[in-house]
Amino acid sequence: MATRRSFLFLAVFASLCHCTQGSPSGAEGTLGRVNRGKLTVKGSDTMVILGQRWAEAYAGIEPHAVVQITGGGTSTGIAALINGSTDICEASRPMSDREKEELRSKRGVPAVETKVALDALAIFVNSKNPLDEISLPALARLYAGETADWRQVGGAGHAVVLYGRESSSGTYGYFKERVLGGKDFAPSTQTLAGTSALANAVKGDEFGIGYGGVAYLEGIKALRVRTDERSTAVAPSPSTAKDGNYPISRFLYFYTAGEPTADVKKFIDWVQGPGGQEVVVEVGYYPLPKD
Amino acid sequence: MTTNATATPQTPRPIPSLKRQPRTGERLVELLLKAVALTSIAAIVLILAFVAREALPVFTGTGSDESGASLDLLLAEPLADGSEPLLWRPVSHPPRYNVIPLVIGSLKVTLVAVLIAAPLGIAAAIYVSELAGKRQREIVKPTIELLAGVPSVVIGFYALVVLASWIQGIFGTEHRLNALVAGTGLALAVCPVIFTVSEDALQAVPHAYRTAALALGSDRLQMIFRVVVPAALPGILASLVLGFGRAIGETMIVLLASGNAALISGSIGVSTRTITATIAEELGEVVVGSGHYRVLFALGTILFASTFVLNFAGERVIHGLRKKLGTA
Repeated sequence: MATRRSFLFLAVFASLCHCTQGSPSGAEGTLGRVNRGKLTVKGSDTMVILGQRWAEAYAGIEPHAVVQITGGGTSTGIAALINGSTDICEASRPMSDREKEELRSKRGVPAVETKVALDALAIFVNSKNPLDEISLPALARLYAGETADWRQVGGAGHAVVLYGRESSSGTYGYFKERVLGGKDFAPSTQTLAGTSALANAVKGDEFGIGYGGVAYLEGIKALRVRTDERSTAVAPSPSTAKDGNYPISRFLYFYTAGEPTADVKKFIDWVQGPGGQEVVVEVGYYPLPKD
Repeated sequence: MTTNATATPQTPRPIPSLKRQPRTGERLVELLLKAVALTSIAAIVLILAFVAREALPVFTGTGSDESGASLDLLLAEPLADGSEPLLWRPVSHPPRYNVIPLVIGSLKVTLVAVLIAAPLGIAAAIYVSELAGKRQREIVKPTIELLAGVPSVVIGFYALVVLASWIQGIFGTEHRLNALVAGTGLALAVCPVIFTVSEDALQAVPHAYRTAALALGSDRLQMIFRVVVPAALPGILASLVLGFGRAIGETMIVLLASGNAALISGSIGVSTRTITATIAEELGEVVVGSGHYRVLFALGTILFASTFVLNFAGERVIHGLRKKLGTA
């Protein structure tokens, strides 16, 4: 008993020493604190499935590495990065200057951004909806509550039912900025927790409209999108997202506090490489453009 | 008394106390159990203290959001763009924290749930306790109680995918996800609570009441509705109070099935946002110590206080009724 206890004590002591050793001032300090081989990844709900597939595939080539993926929303992930409770933050929008500044002041290191995939934000409607395309200004009018009927955007005459995401979601932030131009969502917008719940709601609602990653298009229809009333409508696809013709495409990011080192760097490099990008395609997002 | 004691000749032998001196082991266990019981009380008090402390700036009026405006939960002054002033819009510039839509949402969903679950739960309790045969009772009772064990996220997902389509198909509601759908889903979780407590109350009615009623010539239905149910009324009311508390505090079902749009409307066919769903959705992203954070804790305090007051008032009413009925 006594020997066992002292052994335990030693082990704790040793790990404490390791911690203090591993955190000199500067960039690598932030990542040295976490257990060897175990990576925590937290953030965007849009990227949870993608992250989990990455973790599974990565475990196949690096059996010792344990990658732990959790969602919660991009803002939640960024908060965790600032608090030091995650190694990598998955983000479906770029970090704001304020968040970067907060990270720098709290942790003393800059935020390092890595693009990991390309996503086109699809506009979901029910497959029974006769509408096939919509312009960004019309979409903005719908979500701001200025238009309330499908007829006014070229559809059949019935009240529009708006579905959106909760405010901690990166998709919410991206849509609000890119489509609504910073305006508020109409109060009647129903917010759902997670893109799959949203896709499910639109699937069951003939007059519903929603938005989310292209990976969730099962049983629902994605509208073709026009930048304005005169331009031609473009369907979301790898090529239109890559060349920027599809107006609401975005990159998906990893953020780390300081330059990634050791295991974190290894994982990120793998994600950006052919193995990781293959997973991106499998899940339904688009791979990073090769340039 | 004293004369009695001195009169007896064999006094030197002490009378063995009925209260046996407990052994140290027993004493330890007793102390441990006492400590466990006190811990749970302490936990509740400390949680309440923590929640109230975080929310304090809102109630004292000293808190402010990032733009410096004070945190007013009932702010009704019209917006610059002329839109509806009573808004829950916490991430706008400037943010708006009017809690009226959320309070209405919570009450609406809870009332729907209790209105559906109460008749079902109480009627089932009467059936199982008074009318069912032994075999039926052994099937029905555990089955209803099993419903209480279904995880709320499962009920919520079922409501989101299946129930919502049915309800819209039948009633043609304006929104597919609405207070009626969430309330119906919630009723599934509340029903076993009402059933179990009501059934216990009916079972607790002394058997003599039943035999007396039958002996006086009443038939079975008269016995149930004129004698047994009135005698069990305090317990049945307690079941409603508990059911209400369960419903207003439930999060996952309403988060999934109510649509979460903070609308002010008397209709149960439109989307609603409840207090619990708001806290669950938004607390994960707020900056600790910010105005939004304080307001969410204030919502928690309001929720805590309302269930506490309700339980307390319910307890008083039930106690009074028991006294009147002589079943205390």
